[in-house]
Amino acid sequence: MTASGPNGSNGGDVLKLTKADFSSDQETRWCPGCGDYAILASVQGFMPELGIPPDRIVFVTGIGCAGRFVYYMDTYGMHGIHGRAPALATGVAASRPDLSVWVVTGDGDALSIGGNHLIHALRRNVPVKILLFNNQIYGLTKGQYSPTSEEGKVTKSTPFGSQDHPFNPVALALGAEATFVARTVDTDRRHVAETLRAVAAHDGAAFVEIYQNCNVFNDGAFDAVRAKGQKELNQIRLEHGRPIRFGADGERGVVRGDSGRLELADVAEVGEGSLVVHDARREDPGLAFELAQLAQRPTGPTPVGVFRSVKRPVYGAGLAQELDDARSKVGDAELERLLHSGETWTVS
Amino acid sequence: MPEKTVEKKDRVVVRFAGDSGDGMQLTGSRFTDATAMVGNDLATLPDFPAEIRAPAGTPHGVSAFQIHFASRDILTPGDHPNVLVAMNPAALITNVGTLEKGGTVIVNEDGFSEHNLKKAGYDHNPLEDDSLDNYQVFRVPMTSMTVRATEGIEGITSRDASRSKNLYALGLVSWMYGRPTDPTVDWIRKKFADNAPVRDANLAAFRAGYNFGETAELLAVHYEVDAAPAPPGTYRNVNGTSALALGLIAASVRSGLGLFYASYPITPASEVLHYLSRHQRFGIRTVQAEDEIAAVNMALGAAFAGQLAVTATSGPGMDLKAETIGLAAAMELPLVVIDVQRAGPSTGMPTKTEQGDLLMALFGRHGESPLPVIAASTPGGCFDAALEAVRIAVTYRSPVILLSDTFLANSSEPWRLPEVSKLPRIDPGFAGDPRGFQPYARDAKLARPWAVPGTPGLRHRIGGLEKEDVTGNISYEPANHDHMTRLRARRIAAIEVPDLAVDDPDSADLLVLGWGSTYGAIEGAARRTRREAGARVATAHLSHLNPLPANTGQVLRSFERVLIPEMNMGQLARLLRSEYLVACQSFTKVDGLPLFTRDVMDEIMERQ
Repeated sequence: MTASGPNGSNGGDVLKLTKADFSSDQETRWCPGCGDYAILASVQGFMPELGIPPDRIVFVTGIGCAGRFVYYMDTYGMHGIHGRAPALATGVAASRPDLSVWVVTGDGDALSIGGNHLIHALRRNVPVKILLFNNQIYGLTKGQYSPTSEEGKVTKSTPFGSQDHPFNPVALALGAEATFVARTVDTDRRHVAETLRAVAAHDGAAFVEIYQNCNVFNDGAFDAVRAKGQKELNQIRLEHGRPIRFGADGERGVVRGDSGRLELADVAEVGEGSLVVHDARREDPGLAFELAQLAQRPTGPTPVGVFRSVKRPVYGAGLAQELDDARSKVGDAELERLLHSGETWTVS
Repeated sequence: MPEKTVEKKDRVVVRFAGDSGDGMQLTGSRFTDATAMVGNDLATLPDFPAEIRAPAGTPHGVSAFQIHFASRDILTPGDHPNVLVAMNPAALITNVGTLEKGGTVIVNEDGFSEHNLKKAGYDHNPLEDDSLDNYQVFRVPMTSMTVRATEGIEGITSRDASRSKNLYALGLVSWMYGRPTDPTVDWIRKKFADNAPVRDANLAAFRAGYNFGETAELLAVHYEVDAAPAPPGTYRNVNGTSALALGLIAASVRSGLGLFYASYPITPASEVLHYLSRHQRFGIRTVQAEDEIAAVNMALGAAFAGQLAVTATSGPGMDLKAETIGLAAAMELPLVVIDVQRAGPSTGMPTKTEQGDLLMALFGRHGESPLPVIAASTPGGCFDAALEAVRIAVTYRSPVILLSDTFLANSSEPWRLPEVSKLPRIDPGFAGDPRGFQPYARDAKLARPWAVPGTPGLRHRIGGLEKEDVTGNISYEPANHDHMTRLRARRIAAIEVPDLAVDDPDSADLLVLGWGSTYGAIEGAARRTRREAGARVATAHLSHLNPLPANTGQVLRSFERVLIPEMNMGQLARLLRSEYLVACQSFTKVDGLPLFTRDVMDEIMERQ
């Protein structure tokens, strides 16, 4: 296999691809009304923008409702076992830098059984785009609490309420020093596409938490940032280099309070000049982490958008090409020399 | 100079034992290289503790190296040493029990301080009572003589001086067995080229030990072991780890596939990772994964992407990889999984050998998921086993489990180098034609196409869910699952493997059948009992455990009795009884040590 970059290898022709080129002939089998449909449509709709032929795109998934995603994309695909998609994808990406590799996972898959692989793929900065569909529930196993379910969550497995403290996926990814961390909402097609665009432009591991409504087992978990009439008030859209403000008319904002912590304030009261300016490219992940902590749960004002986007050497960058080159230069003669290296003796 | 007698020996077993920090492994491997130069046949067995630095002077910290060398073909590192070199009381107390009666003990007298005696668990000095009366004991003050020999070397610290005592021991034993000194001297010069004081101290210690043998009246006899006849060819010394790694590199070259090797550090498989990591110039990609599960998944991802994907581990790692190996079986992708077995259960004895993973390799996954399983039989044979594992994996698009063990990994022997041009070529046979492409269509071998991402027109999705035959679409149809389950079984059963070869010079009634690293002990025992006691015994050795050679049942039925020695509780015997309804007798040993020739000889003689 030859190794060349996933971009710009279409022989000079501009690829004319459409959403249909990325849609497989398999019937989608998520529950009617599932947030996954909206995400699938957004991803299929975005893919032509990449300019990469579907033959050079690989989707890798794990187990859970999100795992089925792979069958609906007309690309190459691997549907792995529970939690291991980032490791499978690392194997693909590390050996084939000419491919564009995407992981689709869920909160149980990525944060419970597969937590270890997720954090290691992020800290290694493997060139893999990871889309985590967070619905705060186990859907495929019919409604147990997940590692992102809130404390006190009553489910089949926690009839008296969960006592487990949940993960904040964005904070976790930042803690693993991911170079790209973002959050978006399943039904916000335009914001999803915008986020995917930023993901595609990032070299290295990109992590996106997508709030995804499970209308069967956890309906309304994200209403504060998803439902009409609420999301306009509560989504804090992060934009690099812009003061952080939100609300129907941008009347609210994020400031650094007297305690040194980030706080929400009325812009009219504090003045526009005192708003915190978002800086996603800061090497130090401190601000991104503070923003991730601004809302412990998506029940009120909650930041969405790109928290962090920084450059760091990409896992295996250049190495695959070097190894390919090395291999093209070795053959039987080098093998013969290798076998004969060290102390040898001859019996005649 | 005193008159010294020279005696001829046809085989000798020497065991060097000392504290972990005493450099016994180095002493042993230097002695081995010099022995290979003489042209003796040889086999070695390093035996070291799992603890990296156990408290000095305690039995837990004893590290030993055994070498068997002979003027004829030998197959094992030897059951009982003829000579034990013990650098301290702990080395003596833990190793003297294995020494042959009347054997020779050479002790570093300086190591027998009251403090060290106590740490070893002696309440008296064994050199000064009658406890060693059954042996010939030589007391040599190695530390002080080494320190004296290194006096005057500029820049040498007293610590470095006394640390050279292992070279003194090496010099002494080299003299005893007429080993050439040049290979060792050259090695010291090269190894310590950047550290003149240490280089000179080691050279001085080595020469002092050699000269002590030659001049001291203490040792009156030295020995000669003639070169062993061997088939013509070029030889080098290899242990199972190097042979395995070389086999994987050879498979990469002969298939044109990039070698992708992912593993998690685990004794005794880590050495394969170290070896391959040094050979990046062959285009090898090595990854140290975050855990065992990640390692096998990375390899499987690389297999999908068109690489020669390999992972290696030991028993605990096999447990963790099982689910992914099942996924690989469902995906029908080429993947080599190497299990360097060690004593279990659980963490068990990480540096000790066992064959306890056979049934796990065959059956240790949920659902019906048969896989090809092969086993290496000798250190050099690990090379061939690696090539064979890759051949089967690539040809049949299947994960293959290759069983090795701690003994094979660490043991070394002369290996006749193969001719590269005669090694098999392995054709990846990637799919390329989009016309009529179906991801689960099959060729004559029942193998599905290896359609690698990036290939135009072959986009497809594979996964762990049951697939419809031919199309690979998800299917929960009852008839399809039944069909696919049988198809998966049939394609593994149909893998072509060579017939089981039987060595039966005397038309014996008794067949001794083995697998894996017991080859040397079984074959050695058969040869010796035939030669020394006129025993009538046939032998055969299985390299393919699944599928078994087509003639296995016929071979088993053509003998009145079948004896199966194993380093487990009788796993192969259980398998063969259930496969062929034959009354195999089982001889088992699970003490963490390799099977001894003597064990098998006794079993053969009981059945004459």
